Amino acid sequence: MNEELINILNSIIANATPLVIAGLGETVSERSGVTNLSLDGSLQLSAMAGFAAAIASGNLLVGCVAAMIVGAVIALIVVVANIELRQDMVAIGFVLTLLCADIAQFLGQDLAGQRMQPMTKLNIPLLAEVPIIGPVFFQQPAIVYVSYILIFAIWWWMFHTRGGLAMRAVGERPETAFARGTSVNCLRYVYTFIGGALVGLGGAAYSLAIKPGWTTPPSMRGEGWIALAIVIFGGWHPFRVVLGAYLFAVLRALSSAIQRSPDIQIPLVLLNMLPWLLMIATLILVSSGAIDRLLSIMPRPLQKWTRNFLRSDPPAALGTRFEQD
Amino acid sequence: MSNPKVVRILFVLLSIGASLLVTSVLVMVVGQSPLDVLDRIWQGAFRNSESTAGVFNFWIPLALCSMGLILTFTAGLWNIGAEGQVLAGAIAASWAARTFVLPNEIQIPLELLFAVAGGALWGLLIGILKTRFGVNEIFGGVGLNAIISVYSIYLIAGPWQPPEGGSAQSTQPFPDHALLHPMNETFPVSLIALILTAVAIVAVYLLLRGTRWGLQLKATGKNAKSALLLGVPTTRATLTALMAGGVLAGLAGAYRVLFTYDSLRPNVSGGIGYLGLLLVLLTGMSAIWTPIVAFIFAAILSGSTRLRVSLGLDSSLAGVLQGILVLSMLLFNGVRQRWEERRKSKTVTPSAVESQPTPSNAKAASGE
Repeated sequence: MNEELINILNSIIANATPLVIAGLGETVSERSGVTNLSLDGSLQLSAMAGFAAAIASGNLLVGCVAAMIVGAVIALIVVVANIELRQDMVAIGFVLTLLCADIAQFLGQDLAGQRMQPMTKLNIPLLAEVPIIGPVFFQQPAIVYVSYILIFAIWWWMFHTRGGLAMRAVGERPETAFARGTSVNCLRYVYTFIGGALVGLGGAAYSLAIKPGWTTPPSMRGEGWIALAIVIFGGWHPFRVVLGAYLFAVLRALSSAIQRSPDIQIPLVLLNMLPWLLMIATLILVSSGAIDRLLSIMPRPLQKWTRNFLRSDPPAALGTRFEQD
Repeated sequence: MSNPKVVRILFVLLSIGASLLVTSVLVMVVGQSPLDVLDRIWQGAFRNSESTAGVFNFWIPLALCSMGLILTFTAGLWNIGAEGQVLAGAIAASWAARTFVLPNEIQIPLELLFAVAGGALWGLLIGILKTRFGVNEIFGGVGLNAIISVYSIYLIAGPWQPPEGGSAQSTQPFPDHALLHPMNETFPVSLIALILTAVAIVAVYLLLRGTRWGLQLKATGKNAKSALLLGVPTTRATLTALMAGGVLAGLAGAYRVLFTYDSLRPNVSGGIGYLGLLLVLLTGMSAIWTPIVAFIFAAILSGSTRLRVSLGLDSSLAGVLQGILVLSMLLFNGVRQRWEERRKSKTVTPSAVESQPTPSNAKAASGE
């Protein structure tokens, strides 16, 4: 396999990482029934805060922790406003997404142009030596390995522990969960908090590793919306969400490769629109009747697999408030 | 304290105070004095009649856009796509301005017509994505906003670049016969646009108050399923609301290119679509309060444009202040509602509890 291709794959994995982490975070909170619509603003503000903290302390880890705290606090505002103050989650999330983007730009005005050594690539002993897989997956910045761990940890927690069962129950049938003695709102607090912290870590992944530094306007503007769409595309399942994020990164890499090649002439304007066209197209695919029509023309053995793969049903109680007292 | 109106006003003041406090802290974080900033914003907005005209020049598109958003909110839609509809209107008006060579009094209506059509079309697209393909209007809107924004940049840097070469900053200024004209030197605001905005405000108020269509929008917004069962054409209500919102947003876009900038620029809307959404959330869709608060927002916006020059502060401070204001208004609204509820539940008589012996009620009545 040629070296250039391996380099491209390596950068695809790296570029997808913030979306992977933020998408997983949103999956966690949405699975417990809370829509945190503030993602786009959260990512920007936590990226800014993480970068600022890392510069001030000279320590990347401090930056990551600061970003996680910012993300978690924003998520906490959403859930407190919803549970305690009975405000619409969408409204609060929406205001927060605009507000956080503005705060990030305002407070980050002096950070633009400042430099700091970003996370360096770290080779995992043994694994990094495996041909192809090693250079693609295991010669990456530390944050990428964190994302691998998160993928499996969240999947395992969600589907193989009692805690995960309770979390899903709270998002699907809060009344039933409550009747069985689960504290619905308490769990929603916990998982939205964790989800927000992960979104914050996603922000740090941009400013401290993947797109180091801070610019005005921020380079990750708009990515939060893509992450939200990926969660829908992923049908609220961690593996599929991650797959969505990687697919997205692959298509982006392809489009920029096409742009560089002299043989194919595709207008730049179309390439810049591509992520958004893709977002709309995937949402059409998973939310319209297109899947059912696609299924009906497929051979039977393939049907079940495709359905499981493409079906995207939100948690039944997503976005609804639960009266606990 | 028992008068609910007094409580309401008190809570509004409280949330304004809280948001000023938080914004002040943020200003102090970057090492500036909040009072200085406030003074500069005030000076920037109302220094003289020309700067006041500047406030009106922000108010016109913001009010137009917000009135359109009242319609879509009434129909229960999160029309984040308003931003893109402003751009669509701006592009369509620019196209007409570049294409036709007609006397001003014919050209302007023609351009506005194009703007209206552009905005409505972009709104309709979101509606079709939602009603036909099941794509939530928030995602459809965000996607279409980005797409039209990329397209406008492409036009400015490509086919519409000035003949001396594209700097990607703006198109060539449109010829004089294609532009809206200020009413006089000392108060440079377009009279036509001012009248149109006033008409739009009254029209939205009346449409929601006394027409069948307004009622259909309300029914769709309250509960689309029941409305459909009761024979309300909810799909049509959704589509027409988005188109009507697009019409007003398109006009706002036309004003930005035909008066504010005299040309098409990147980010020509300046975030007015998003700001309108915040504004309408703040006023709770009131057709009376929205234009009034829009004026305050326009003053903040206009007053803060020169903060970068005068104090070296990013003009995003305007957005910070407005965002915090809306957020704290929503939060304090929630606090007030809870507080009133608690007061009520304390005065509940035992017989009232017995009449509804569900566990949740009994618990609430027993004081938490």
